[in-house]
Amino acid sequence: MANKEILICTGTGCLSSGAEDIEARLVELLKQHDLEKEYPVKEVIKKTGCLGPCSLGPTMIIMPEKTFYGRLQVSDVEIIVEEHLMKGEVVSSLLTEDSHHHPIEDYTQIDFMKGQMRIALRNTGLLDPNSINDYIAKDGYKALHKVLTEMSQEQVIEEIKTSQLRGRGGAGFPTGLKWEFTRKAVGDQKYVVCNADEGDPGAFMDRSILEGDPHSIIEAMTIAGYSVGAGQGYVYVRAEYPLAVKNLSLAIEDARLAGYLGEDIFNTGFKFDLEIRVGAGAFVCGEETALIASIEGERGQPRPKPPFPANSGLWGKPTLINNVETYANIVPIILQGSSWFNSIGTETSKGTKVFAIAGDVNQTGLIEVPMGTTLREIIFDIAGGIPGGREFKAAQTGGPSGGTIPPEYLDLPIDYESLKKIGAIVGSGGLIVMDDRSCMVDVARYFLDFTQDESCGKCIPCRIGTKRMLEILERITIGEGQSGDIDRLISLGNTIKETSLCGLGQTAPNPVLSTLQFFRDEYETHINEKNCPARHCKALVGSYTIDPEKCVGCGLCAKKCPVEAIKGEKKQPYKINSDKCTVCGVCVTTCPVDAIS
Amino acid sequence: MAVAISASQRKFERVNEIIQKHNGKKSALIAILQEIQEEYRYLPEEILTYVATAMDLSPATVFGVATFYAQFSLEPKGKYIIKVCDGTACHVRGSGPLYKSIRKKVGLQDGKFTTEDMNFTVETVSCLGACGLAPVVTINEKVYGQMTPEGIEIIIEKLMGKEDNQ
Repeated sequence: MANKEILICTGTGCLSSGAEDIEARLVELLKQHDLEKEYPVKEVIKKTGCLGPCSLGPTMIIMPEKTFYGRLQVSDVEIIVEEHLMKGEVVSSLLTEDSHHHPIEDYTQIDFMKGQMRIALRNTGLLDPNSINDYIAKDGYKALHKVLTEMSQEQVIEEIKTSQLRGRGGAGFPTGLKWEFTRKAVGDQKYVVCNADEGDPGAFMDRSILEGDPHSIIEAMTIAGYSVGAGQGYVYVRAEYPLAVKNLSLAIEDARLAGYLGEDIFNTGFKFDLEIRVGAGAFVCGEETALIASIEGERGQPRPKPPFPANSGLWGKPTLINNVETYANIVPIILQGSSWFNSIGTETSKGTKVFAIAGDVNQTGLIEVPMGTTLREIIFDIAGGIPGGREFKAAQTGGPSGGTIPPEYLDLPIDYESLKKIGAIVGSGGLIVMDDRSCMVDVARYFLDFTQDESCGKCIPCRIGTKRMLEILERITIGEGQSGDIDRLISLGNTIKETSLCGLGQTAPNPVLSTLQFFRDEYETHINEKNCPARHCKALVGSYTIDPEKCVGCGLCAKKCPVEAIKGEKKQPYKINSDKCTVCGVCVTTCPVDAIS
Repeated sequence: MAVAISASQRKFERVNEIIQKHNGKKSALIAILQEIQEEYRYLPEEILTYVATAMDLSPATVFGVATFYAQFSLEPKGKYIIKVCDGTACHVRGSGPLYKSIRKKVGLQDGKFTTEDMNFTVETVSCLGACGLAPVVTINEKVYGQMTPEGIEIIIEKLMGKEDNQ
């Protein structure tokens, strides 16, 4: 086998940045330069899952030297082939620079990767998800072998319990306990389910794991099946993730052929198989009882708890449901031991958490850090801070169920409890960073609009309550807010939280209550002064104007304006026609000198 | 006497195949509807009624499922389905103006989502999980990241040109 490997990230992000063109060019050049003997395409080029640094895509890593080339253009490939592959010289002009503008060669040492600790994401971006041999080469299915041949069901559950792993889907329930409940439940037939209905806008770690390391989930679910006494598992994947469905389907087939799924696994007599169920676009199906209804072929509406799925789940049988990222932690815990795992993290939250960082930051993508890492470390050290030197205003965690964190908590170590204390949640790990141009009332309105739309309609507090909250938020953002609206939002929010049937309704008011806690003055300005301090809410902004003192006459704004409302001559100050302007804000984000407000 | 197969019988033939593939199991209803939609590009009313009869379910059950999930459409969709991601990251990075400019470019009237020539359907979609490249637009299966109103217009123009030439 050739000792060189060229890893090209083909996660959804890099694919849309043109990873396939990069690969095609590489194949072509290897042929052209007669390098196929030294670099047999099939063995050397690995199309991997998502490595994480989406905004550096398309990316390429050359192993074993770990050289990382990011933001590649097709024309760069020729230089890499001629310099790096043929002469063995690193192309320093294509390396990523650190914050001190030093080029960094080793991918583990670039700013985005340096502060990370990758357990759940240990393999993503480093192996070909469509190759079971790649997975086996990285100790794949070793944990399953260990579990089936050396450990009793109780021992596995004890190991997971001691690791103190908690559910990564949002609620943070102790995973080992869930396994134990399901194991102890009485039933002739039990099921294991993987919740891959990653509906929180802004979270995409489950997608990345399924796309980039599907065998790790198959292995973990089989271990779970053995531990709780289930013979059948289901992976419920969102329809919005076609690549994840494709890679997982292939992996299941390969695992069956290799004997890791099906009858008599490792000659132990244990049998377990997996089926994929593709969701059809309903956020509420991320709630476990709604997900069960959906697998059964019904409308995805939640059912009252208790009974909990551990006792009465799929078709009324005991069912273990865990999230993708939770399963992704199982194999390392079995192989490296619970005491290794519980030495990482904080007092109450062990291990790591994957965050999907996006919004107004320099480097977007997926990161995995130990629990207890601060927001400042994530946003400024790993993700390179806020673009254009703008001010950090807030970070939103936990999506529509979560809250907004203001700058004064940048140094708070993040774990389940610390975020709960300030009205936010770790949630599934979506982390949206916002600069001073984001309006907090609009953010709350955005999330309520989302939850209102996704409310299944079964229970009244959620169906009608979120609608009333949305109406109030909408009128505030168009300058028709009334005195007393803030109190109405708080009272409605608390009632909905207390009385809704499922997690969707119980958490839906959080984005409003949390922004009210930290940005109440912004709501008041909207209501009392009919003004949006962030200059975001269109009805309150009126029209944008260009400061003639600052305008350099570059014309970028006029070029980008979708309604042709901006006119002017090059090198002269431009002007906005307020009759045509729809206050969409494109010009504000485009202007390189900040002349438009 | 040979009986000619009517057009409507032929129409249901494919539906029958799909139902049989799943053994007519009720738990496979969502998967069956997904496959039918792939075939017909939407879920025609008479086919939903047919599915109900064939699977021994009430029409209310089948319509109930078909109307619950956002993926299912009871109306025909255009040849190019343009989805504008409205996840949080895309929202803060300007998916709103992007959506508006796409609607304008393909010439959609208020309240309509598909153009009259059936070439384009424009819709928003919940998070596609490509937040690192916000704002994101997909046209059929292809993902376009870091889109601007200007950029998407060029892409749409190309598609329009392709249609005009046919």
